Amino acid sequence: MIGTLTPVLSANWGAPQSWKYDAYVKQGGYEGAKKALKMPPADVVGLVKDAGLRGRGGAGFPTGVKWSFVPQDNPNPKYLVVNGDESEPGTCKDMPLLLASPHTLVEGIVISAYAINCHLAFVYIRGEVLHVHRRVQQAVKEAYDKGWLGKDIQGSGYDLDIIVHAGAGAYICGEETALLDSLEGRRGQPRLRPPFPAVEGLYASPTVINNVESIATVPSILANGKEWFQSMGTEKSKGFTIYSLSGHVARPGQYEAPLGITLRKLLELAGGVRDGHELKYWTPGGSSTPMLTPEHLDVPLDYEGLAAAGSMMGTKALQIFDETTSVVRTTLRWVEFYKHESCGKCTPCREGTWWLVQLLRQFEAGTAPEGGVDKLLDVAGIVNGKSFCALAGGACACVTSAVKHFREEFELGYTTPAWEAFPYERSALFAMDSLGGRA
Amino acid sequence: MSGHEFQTSFPDSGGVDFSDRDSNLDEAAMAELREIASRYPQPRSAIMPMLHLVQSYDGRISPAGVKACAEIAGVTEAQVSGVATFYTMYRRRPGGKHHIGVCTTALCAVMGGDALLESVERKLGIGPDETTADGMFSLERVECNAACDFAPVMMVNWEYMDNMTPAKAAQILDDLAVGNEVKASRGATITSWRDAERVLAGFPDGRADEGPSAGEASLRGTRLAAENKWTPPSAAEAAKIVAEQAKQEQSKAEGEKK
Amino acid sequence: MADQIVETIPVTIDGVEVRVPKGTLAIRAAEMAGIAIPRFCDHPLLDPVGACRQCMVEVPDAGNGRGFPMPQAACTLATAPGMQIKTQLTSEMAKAAQVGIQELILINHPLDCPICDKGGECPLQNQAYANGRTETRYEGAKRQYPKPLPLSAQIGLDRERCILCARCTRFAEQIAGDPLIALAERGAVQQVGLFADEPFNSYFSGNVVQLCPVGALTATSYRFTARPFDLVSTDTTCEGCAAGCSLRADHRHFEVRRRLAGANPEVNEEWNCDKGRFAFVSARGDDRLKTPLVRRDGELRPASWPEAVDAAVAGLRGAKKVGVITGGRLTVENAYGYAKFARVALGTNNIDFRTRPASAEEAGFLADQVAGKSFGQGVTYEGLEKAKQVVLVCFEPEDEAPIVFLRLRKAVRKKKLKVLAIAALRSYGCGKLNAELLQTAPGDEAAVVAGLKLDADSVVLVGERAASVPGLLSAVVKSCHKAGAKLAWIPRRAGDRGAVEAGCLPNLLPGGRPVAEASARVDVAAAWGVELPAEAGLDAEAMLACELDALVVGGANLDDFASAKAARRGVERAGFVVSLEQRASDVTELADVVFPVALIEDQSGTFLNWEHRPGRIGLVNPQATNKMTDLRVLAALADALGKPLGARQARQAAAELAELGVWGKPVGFAEAKAASGDGQGLRVASWRLLLDNGRSQDGEANLKQTARQAVAKLSPADAGALGLSCGDIAELSGPDGAAELPVAVADGLAEGVVVVPANSGGFALSALGVAHGGRLSVSKKGGK
Repeated sequence: MIGTLTPVLSANWGAPQSWKYDAYVKQGGYEGAKKALKMPPADVVGLVKDAGLRGRGGAGFPTGVKWSFVPQDNPNPKYLVVNGDESEPGTCKDMPLLLASPHTLVEGIVISAYAINCHLAFVYIRGEVLHVHRRVQQAVKEAYDKGWLGKDIQGSGYDLDIIVHAGAGAYICGEETALLDSLEGRRGQPRLRPPFPAVEGLYASPTVINNVESIATVPSILANGKEWFQSMGTEKSKGFTIYSLSGHVARPGQYEAPLGITLRKLLELAGGVRDGHELKYWTPGGSSTPMLTPEHLDVPLDYEGLAAAGSMMGTKALQIFDETTSVVRTTLRWVEFYKHESCGKCTPCREGTWWLVQLLRQFEAGTAPEGGVDKLLDVAGIVNGKSFCALAGGACACVTSAVKHFREEFELGYTTPAWEAFPYERSALFAMDSLGGRA
Repeated sequence: MSGHEFQTSFPDSGGVDFSDRDSNLDEAAMAELREIASRYPQPRSAIMPMLHLVQSYDGRISPAGVKACAEIAGVTEAQVSGVATFYTMYRRRPGGKHHIGVCTTALCAVMGGDALLESVERKLGIGPDETTADGMFSLERVECNAACDFAPVMMVNWEYMDNMTPAKAAQILDDLAVGNEVKASRGATITSWRDAERVLAGFPDGRADEGPSAGEASLRGTRLAAENKWTPPSAAEAAKIVAEQAKQEQSKAEGEKK
Repeated sequence: MADQIVETIPVTIDGVEVRVPKGTLAIRAAEMAGIAIPRFCDHPLLDPVGACRQCMVEVPDAGNGRGFPMPQAACTLATAPGMQIKTQLTSEMAKAAQVGIQELILINHPLDCPICDKGGECPLQNQAYANGRTETRYEGAKRQYPKPLPLSAQIGLDRERCILCARCTRFAEQIAGDPLIALAERGAVQQVGLFADEPFNSYFSGNVVQLCPVGALTATSYRFTARPFDLVSTDTTCEGCAAGCSLRADHRHFEVRRRLAGANPEVNEEWNCDKGRFAFVSARGDDRLKTPLVRRDGELRPASWPEAVDAAVAGLRGAKKVGVITGGRLTVENAYGYAKFARVALGTNNIDFRTRPASAEEAGFLADQVAGKSFGQGVTYEGLEKAKQVVLVCFEPEDEAPIVFLRLRKAVRKKKLKVLAIAALRSYGCGKLNAELLQTAPGDEAAVVAGLKLDADSVVLVGERAASVPGLLSAVVKSCHKAGAKLAWIPRRAGDRGAVEAGCLPNLLPGGRPVAEASARVDVAAAWGVELPAEAGLDAEAMLACELDALVVGGANLDDFASAKAARRGVERAGFVVSLEQRASDVTELADVVFPVALIEDQSGTFLNWEHRPGRIGLVNPQATNKMTDLRVLAALADALGKPLGARQARQAAAELAELGVWGKPVGFAEAKAASGDGQGLRVASWRLLLDNGRSQDGEANLKQTARQAVAKLSPADAGALGLSCGDIAELSGPDGAAELPVAVADGLAEGVVVVPANSGGFALSALGVAHGGRLSVSKKGGK
């Protein structure tokens, strides 16, 4: 039977020294890689494609299909780049995975790189997570020592090197082409597409970029087969994934479940909204995915279900906010995030987030002019869909979805500061005297 | 209310600080920079880790550091400077021995991050992007650090300090100030920001085995599943389920045909 | 080589179906349909970037039956067969998107148009009027930066005006290859930045001012000096080198305030170099000659024109051994004036434009390979782009013909052109061409040329320095001939190609007619109505080596010769010297009669560039203080000598030359042998840097500050042996004297070679009496 929760990636996180090679192997680690190295690479691609694994970084593109786009007749080297730049607000799944079980990723890289005939893979991890770097650096070293990396891996004749690369503070590098520019020692600004990375990516060579979780899922598919993977999840969203619950929930944390579970169920597992409070709004997959409300509690948390509800799967970062929270406050803070992280390349994102922040500050301070909501939506409208990449769209999505569900709360911003309507200390998890108003 | 200041004037922007040309980059440092470059198929790719190493030597991105990276990477100083000023982890001016980051992106802010930042500011007597007079601490308002299930979160030299309260944060700062041992919630014993930068440059410090495998929140789903004996299906179960699904789809398709 | 047939595809723009070459960007396709889409970052000569997002269009059908739900940037959208594009003219979606982007661009743009240099010719201003909202809805404060930020001595950046289109940074990286400016910071603070120790000293930096779609980048020399609508513009051709750039010269109150690169896709595309853009003020100093001068009692004194003509005629009449030396600044028409004057008025073939190291071999080469051809018969810029391989022989394109350099770089980037450089060192410029170095000691180039693997898709570009290497031009001709490769001679100066054609050579009459060929002489003699001397004349060096009775000099500088000392002695020893000059010079100072002549901006005429392409020189300043061209002065002298020149105006001279036509028969070329390179000291590799002590650029202090530092480059081995390291001062001595230069140790430089600039900083090679390929002894200053 399929459990309500199905720990696969997270199954070994509690094991003693789970991050070490020996502990990982004890849990059945590297079995998938052993199988893969005995298969023709194209069969590995076929298996992952058939299993129906879709990208876990947000866009949900089928992983095996992405691999099959790599032109094998291209004489340049093929590269695999793992996107570990996890920075989308609310998203906190890859970092615990890499801390607790970095070898899951390393094994996934061995299989995935083998599948696309790649001999040099990169792991790009955001810089602000020191211990994650330590663990991944060590796991890579252990894998070399144990013959899972380097020349002639496990006697298969296959060679693979991994370079672990530290980012330095830029959300935009989670965008795959910006990540490639960053990895080439440039400013992390998105590239024009086409050419697509599968054809001309890193060093203008065929490149596959996958999220940490996507690659980490691959070993289990190899080890257990495609039917095992297909048996979980929904019709078009196969398998399992890590749902991250944070915010005003009794027991925030990582919950690995088949795709299609509902927030109602997850909240139940996590002890519900914090005691004495009720759900006000939530994001299904980070701040860039339009926010939802209690009426969406039964939406299946899969690619199709969330699209139908007017939102997106995103990173499955479920940020839960209770009725004490000012939606104006969180919207402003998110847009401030996007303004801070805008790369500056294109006009609508650079100038639009700058303007939106100023408008939202008026709403938070209760000084927005009468009719300001329409202007806010209008400015979001001239930004949305015009930018070079999706970053500005994320900023607009949080504004428009917030206004859609809580327009009256924005209109309150014509007269009343958010901190008066929603005293901020009531939202905090610890008691405090008073946070007062904005100085 | 701990909101972001809205700045419209940027007098000191555009490059590294040339008023301070000090540098500790010696031959050994240059050799390490070259070693970083040798890891990559193209030396330009090494610019970011090289800049991390420059920070570990010079406490910031120094003009000499930019020059060294440009020379090794085979690009112009302007190009390196463009990279150095793009990423927030690269400093223009020396910071403290310990670099404190308080997350005030929406979720952490609401859960108490704003209050936490205020309390740290009061405690240290400095604002964001400032350094204490004794050079012990610098402070930064950080964006989401991928630990939302441990909100509110504080970072010390890019190590996680989970589930912070003003009191817990004050204790940590007190201990660091007097040199008491402080351990990260999910990480190693705190040493210094410069040591951290060295690890990020790809020179391991041998402390990967410190700290737990995971924090409490990270393990909640796994533990709950274990308690309830929830697991993924066995291979046999999976086969049965997939066969059943196929049958259903077929009958559904036939139904539609009719 | 037939051009490939371009495949075209049908696309529909605002309901109009057009066929465009496959791969055409939507914004270009719209241009072909006559529809202008507003844009800022887009530039057809730069790689697309899609940054400003102004050019949004609606795409209801991408050619596959499906449309885009959101507007698309036309500057990055490749058209597909059957694609439907709706611009602001037919689509509310496109129009709204463009208005919105325009508003966003303006929220942080200052409203300082009335004091902005760009105001009146500003794409942002124009498009805001054409496509923008009438009023802003932005109420916040605008971004501010300290202003302006100097990017170099020449270029200032007002960051708050910048709209981050990245045209300048893309130009610097893609076109010039000098990414000394780059985007810095990020988000709302993103800006064009540089590294303070390394200013934007690119030879091409001025282009970014012209390229900037707002007033963010301004030229120090022009900033706040004029408003666009007060300027009177004239199309002309640059006199800076043999590249032949089209220019636009703008004057206000009859003083040229600035020069811009003209749009000439076949020549300079839309670029020029900083020398061409900024150096034009060089003749505005106190040394500008305003009246004729006549030497009386040993001193040059101002004289009236009739007095000076009489004095000159008195000196020239009756002189037996006479000569004419012309410089590189002459228009074709003026050069023709000298060529005809020498033969008609002075009865001599002693005429030479080569005021530099030259040889009889070169004269033969010019007669056989260069003269008497017309445009299109030889290599062109287009031909450079189409070549598979280009070999540089004694030619540093970035310094000697910067626009040739840009075209080569374009071909290297876009068409995988392979460049080979025969030189002692891979220069900075050749590095930017990704050139393969075929290393040789200066003077030994001929041997490498003989071993070249050439074919019909190869082009050999040979520079004027080749004349100082015996046998080299012979080897080049032989190798090219054998392989069917194309050959072009690229001289350094704007007038040189025209001087060859006009007959300013001792062995050549106009149109490439060899003096030695009777049938060639007959043409000219008939046209001119005089007898022509049948003997070839003396070249410039030979003229200066013998005691001439009289010498006429137009536009020559003595320090351009291999030995400035010898050249000076030659002028001193001449019995009588007439000088035609714009400014006081080392020649006017020795002359008996000096005639002031018109500046290039004060006359019209023609330059022939290295391709033999005529470039029209427009009369920029209609109120010149001195309209006497060289030609008119020579005509006056000829009249007074009783041997009229016939032509006194440029168009008359041009008509005569055109009527003469070209000789068009094979001339033949006597090969010369390579000389042995034995001797003492280090072999000298040297050429003139683009920005140096040349007189045509010495009035522009800002330009000068961007020049490359003068250093003596030594190989590590030689430096070590001489006890020299970087920054030390080396003493270099040759037959005529000694000079000092700071040392730069250059990895990859051939041993036994010293590379020095010909005329930079405090250093002039000609003062040492040595040319490229010669030898200098090098020692540590103060050492033994």
